[in-house]
This record gives sequence, structure tokens and C-alpha cells, in this order.
Amino acid sequence: MDLIGILSLAGNELISPMTVGYILCGIGLAVHFGYTGLLNFGQAAFAALGGYGFAIATLDFGWNIWGSILFGLLCSMGFAAILGIPTLRLRADYLAIVTIAAAQALRFYVGSSTAEPITGGSAGVSQFGEEFYGLNPLPEDFTWNLGTVAFTSDEIWMRIVAWVVVGIAVVFILALTRSPWGRVLKGIREDEDAVRALGKNVFSYKLQALVIGGSIASLGGMVFVMSSQTNQPSNWGTNFTFITWTILLLGGAATMLGPIVGGMVFFGMMTLIESVLGVLVDAGLMPFLAIEQVAQIRFLLVGLILMILVIFRPQGFFGNKKEIQFNG
Amino acid sequence: MANEIAIGAAAPGCKKVDPILVADHVIRQFGGLTAVNVEHVEIPRGKITALIGPNGAGKTTFFNLLTGFDKPNSGTWIFDGKNLAGVPSFKVARRGMIRTFQLTKALSLLTVIDNMRLGAQRQLGEGFWASFARPLWKAQETQITTKADELLKRFKLDAKREDYAGSLSGGQRKLLEMARALMGDPKLVMLDEPMAGVNPALTQSLLEHIKDLKSNGTTVLFVEHDMHMVRHISDWVIVMAEGKIVAEGPPAQVMSDQAVIDAYLGAHADTDLGTVEIKAIKAGK
Repeated sequence: MDLIGILSLAGNELISPMTVGYILCGIGLAVHFGYTGLLNFGQAAFAALGGYGFAIATLDFGWNIWGSILFGLLCSMGFAAILGIPTLRLRADYLAIVTIAAAQALRFYVGSSTAEPITGGSAGVSQFGEEFYGLNPLPEDFTWNLGTVAFTSDEIWMRIVAWVVVGIAVVFILALTRSPWGRVLKGIREDEDAVRALGKNVFSYKLQALVIGGSIASLGGMVFVMSSQTNQPSNWGTNFTFITWTILLLGGAATMLGPIVGGMVFFGMMTLIESVLGVLVDAGLMPFLAIEQVAQIRFLLVGLILMILVIFRPQGFFGNKKEIQFNG
Repeated sequence: MANEIAIGAAAPGCKKVDPILVADHVIRQFGGLTAVNVEHVEIPRGKITALIGPNGAGKTTFFNLLTGFDKPNSGTWIFDGKNLAGVPSFKVARRGMIRTFQLTKALSLLTVIDNMRLGAQRQLGEGFWASFARPLWKAQETQITTKADELLKRFKLDAKREDYAGSLSGGQRKLLEMARALMGDPKLVMLDEPMAGVNPALTQSLLEHIKDLKSNGTTVLFVEHDMHMVRHISDWVIVMAEGKIVAEGPPAQVMSDQAVIDAYLGAHADTDLGTVEIKAIKAGK
């Protein structure tokens, strides 16, 4: 593989719907953690509910695309309410425990044989994007090459829509967080008792933040499953949640540009490392490494790079250095 | 003085001419320990009342109970004619009873001015849907900011306006917390050790602020260990010990009460420690 090929593959990752899916989940998590201080370790479940909600509404209920999107959003909002109402009155760590457990429980449930008639069990559901691709206004022969990677008309359509969704989400969240409403959220992140003493209904704000962040994650889940039109339980493991956290912390937790650039850098870096290592192994320069191990070792290298970043730039790419200086 | 505030002689739980807060049978137990056991207490309206007592007397717990931050095992209290028992803390604040904390809670990663703005009540822009409609809350926001700037000036924090609250010194945080509480126009402001960690020069101006509050018609209830301050500004003093109210009255009267002096203020309350012979203290004389 030549240099152009490697760069093209990495470039493809920067804008791929999978990356966008993670970015949207990261934006949702920025609302939860960056602005409100909620420790949500179940972001995968919100995304999964978006993906499954959309697919089930389309395939089983026969709803149109807008109804299906709405259903996906409602599923994750309901989930946020179920998780939030009992736990948001408790200390922050309880939400972390409950969300990680609930996300696992949900994943095992949709993959179980009990739920198979609806969710397709471990094989999942597929081919639910007919209407979405039917809406593609681009001509069939409209194609685009990014170096050595060629995109079909449908692939371009998917990417355009995905990034438009990111744009809408960013504008939505910025409008929200730059208002007095957002100021209350940040106050809660700093000290909820102080905010309570000033007459704000902290529980209600936390629940609103959980629902909004969860809804954006469910949009991310829809984008994530739409490109391949397959939705399986294995997509939504804990690693999904942790990659989302990595992306958020990489970019900066209380920013909007943070999760976007964080996501692009993370997946760009993963592909770059994989390609470069692949080339080196092929050339026999890495005798201690087999080609099958490359996919594993890249996680190790990415972890190392993240550690270096967190040590030398703990606020992420776009975080405010001043904000990190007096933590505590 | 006693006649102005209390009906009859000043005694623990005595009736007041015009109480703003009346608490009855407030009991809070932590396991076997009864932290607060207040039979009856009334806080006079428009006055500065000090709540004093030794460490562990239950002063802060009593504060927490009254403001909804902790739930009592039993008891009722009425604020401004309305029952407040069982009302969640944020509603207590909305009704005009705003507190500060002993361990200051400055919102570190918010700027000083944002801390202040957050203190304002009934903000239109704090609603989820309304937050999108900037014209709806723009005017109110400007008004809040003007008010915040005035208060910051009074508390000599205007130079720190754009700094993060986390970069303020301990004393400045105390000032900020008090100023922030005033943003909500409280009827009763409850200050938990407002002077702890504040330098003497600042103490003087803080005292003036508290007196200003009184002249504006705000009732003040504060917990304090600094007896000079208590003597200087309070109109009424309530002494707590082991969860109970053990003495009440005008400051001069309470502080001359031999029992209060011996048990709670210490035998050397009136003496500057520098002039007391260390040996005399060691000998317990």
C-alpha cells in the first residue's frame, strides 16, 4: 500500500458515518458530563435504542422515516427517564453504576432469544434504510473519489446527511448552553447544593440534561447503523461507551468542537496506525508482529498516545487551560 | 431592647413581637445521637439574630433542617406565615429564605459574574424552551447583570468580575457567596459562619454589609464563633448546646449570663489571649 492509499483510508475515516455516530454520542456526553457533570457510562444504550427504535418502527410498524426517527428518540428519552428518576437524586457515582449496568442489560436483552421476534436476536435487524436511500436527490452516477477511496452516490448522501445532523446538534446545544438554562447546568456541575440553595430545581435540570444528551446519542445510533443498514447487539458493547468517552476527553469535555475533532482524530489515528503497521509487517520490518495482531496492537498504541495527551494536555484539544488549574 | 423584640422576659423559646420564622419540636437524630432537639424558637423579623454555641451544638444541622437540606425526624416550622416543613430546599430558597454554607460553595469554573447571575430568581431564560428564544430573556438578563454589578461593587469584587470563582481567595469566596445569596432578594438570609477565614479589614466591611441588609428590611440569621462580631452587630442572640436552645436574649444580657460564659464561651471569653498567663490557662484558673 502506498502513501496515498494510506492517507485516503484515514481520510475516509474522518468523515465516515461510523465516526459521525460516535461524534454525536460524544456531543450527547458533553451535555451529560461536560456541562452537567453527570457520569453516564451507558451512552451505548442510548445509541442502541436510537438504532433499534428506528429499525423496528420501520420494519415492524411500517412507519415512515420521520415517524421512525421520532420513535427512536422517544425510546431513548423513555430510557433516560427510567434511569434518571430513581438515580439523579442520589450521588453522582450511582448514575455511573446504574447506566453501565442498564446498558449491558439492554444489550443482552435485545440479543436474547426472547426478544428475537422483534430485535432479531444476536443476528440483529437489517435492511431498514430503503426509504432513507430513496430520498437521495443525487444522481445515480454521481460519484466522488477521495484519493484511492471511491464513494457511490448513496455513500455521499449518507455522509452529507450525517454531517448535517452534527451541524444541527451543535447549533441546538450551543443555543441551549449559552442561555441562563445552560448556566444552571454548569452551576450543577460545580456544586449542586449551592445551586439548590439559590432556588433551582436541580433534579429537573439533571433529568432534562440526561434526556437531551441521550436523544443526541440516539441520533448518533441511527447514523451509525444507517450506512451498513445492519444493527446488531455486538455494536453496542461497553467499548462503544468507552470510545465515546475517549473522544470526548480527547477534544475537551465542555466544548462542541471537542467531540467532533476528538472523534475525527481518534478514528483517523486508528486507521493510520493500522495501515502503517500493516505495511511495515508486510515488508518484514516487524518480525515480532503477525498481521493478525495489527488490529489489536493499534488499540495499545492509541491508548499510549491518549495517555501522553492526558498527561500533557489534560483539558483536551479545545478545553480551557484555565479551567483545569483549580480543580478541587 | 428585649421589649422591642420579645414578649415578656427573654428566655429560651420566648415569644417574639413579630417573628418571621417559628419552629416547633424540631428533632434530628443521627443513630443514637440527638443532634438537634429544638422545642420552640422564634426568629424576629427585620433584626439580626446570632446563633452561637460550642462545636457540635447542632447549629449547622439546624440550618440544614430549616432550609430543606436535611430532613428532621419530627418537627414543623413556619416561615412568613407558611409551613416550610418537608418543602424541598430549592422551594425554600424561592420563598425567600436563602442560605450560605460554612464551607464556601463558590462555583469554581463559572466566572464571578456568572455566579452572581445564577443567584437571581424567576429567570425566564432558565426554562428549557424559553432558552432558545433569546429576545424573551435578553432584557431580564441585562437587568440581572446590572444588579449583579452593583452588588459586586459593594462587595469590592468588581475587579474580579471576569475571573473564575475558583481563582478567588477564601475570604473573597465568602463575599461572593454572600453577594450571590443577595441576588435572590431574600426575606431571610441565613449565613453560616460568614466571618470564618476573612481578614480583619474585610470583616469590617462585611459587618457593614450585614447592617445594610437590616436597614433594607432583610432579616439576618447567622452562625458565628467570633464573639466580637456577635456583640457588635446582633440584636438578638440564641445559644445552642447539645442540640437544645439553652439561652436567648439581647447580646449584652446573654454574654453576661454566667452559665453561658462558663459553659460555652469559655472563662476567658473577654480576655485577649495574649494577656492571659499561659500557666494560668494550663492550671485551669
